[in-house]
Amino acid sequence: MKVQAKIFVTLKGSVLDPQGVAVTKALHAMKYEQVEDVRVGKYLEVVFDVENDSQAHELVAKMCDQLLTNPVIEKYTYELVEVLA
Amino acid sequence: MKAAVISFPGSNCDQDAIKAIVSTMQIEADLVWHAHTDLSSYDLILVPGGFSYGDYLRSGAIARFSPVMEAVANEAQRGKFVIGICNGFQILTEAGLLPGALRRNESLQFQCEMAHLVVENASTPFTANYHFREEIIIPIAHGEGNYYADEATLDELVQNDQIVFRYADGHNPNGSVGSIAGIVNKKGNVLGMMPHPERAVHTLLGSDDGSKLFTSMLTTWREMHGVR
Repeated sequence: MKVQAKIFVTLKGSVLDPQGVAVTKALHAMKYEQVEDVRVGKYLEVVFDVENDSQAHELVAKMCDQLLTNPVIEKYTYELVEVLA
Repeated sequence: MKAAVISFPGSNCDQDAIKAIVSTMQIEADLVWHAHTDLSSYDLILVPGGFSYGDYLRSGAIARFSPVMEAVANEAQRGKFVIGICNGFQILTEAGLLPGALRRNESLQFQCEMAHLVVENASTPFTANYHFREEIIIPIAHGEGNYYADEATLDELVQNDQIVFRYADGHNPNGSVGSIAGIVNKKGNVLGMMPHPERAVHTLLGSDDGSKLFTSMLTTWREMHGVR
């Protein structure tokens, strides 16, 4: 089956996100005073063929740990969607 | 003594590095394409600055998987001198040869200026010709030089005397933890730094304070090998 992994990468909570801080300040300047925090991240769509669901999860985890994220400063979440032909 | 300067697609300080090595150390320096897999004939490996692979994904993230990086790791393991400058520092942290990571500058601005550094450890192969706490001027030029390491790693860096350069005068250009500008690995033979010593090897360039970094390696290597 063909799947698409929608991967969301952000800086860990303990790591200051200067972009997020700048965006928060800009939103406050625009009178969105209710905004508490903004974290700027990355979004990746990875399409690949796999045998089954568990193999898909395993591959996403491996790709994220090796290349797609830097575990020293980043964390990620993802969703898997089956791509229908 | 023989040096290799690695060239990745997008490296742009490789030629400067070769010229700096040749003019300060008077040794042979080869430009080595990132597809090479054998660096065993070199005593010094320099991973230069630039924007390898366009800095896509993260600085150094893709270059770190270039074929040559396995050879760099092997030679580092064997005790050869490895130095990563700017993007080279980013590549070495991504490769796990140095601890920590380089984040976007706190100011979000690309910082290009003559930086004042303090030599925090003058007993590494890269700093033997400097004095402890010597203040030197070396240019920086980066958008992602904001060094990060968690508390435990920082403690370890301090304990093992792995912090080699810090930004001086309380002027921290990028937000690095502890104003860190350069570190070595535990063994002391792999150096990573954001400032560009290869751009400070002649007074005509505004500073020649980087020269001693190169001559330090020569001095140390000669002592190690009993060569005069």
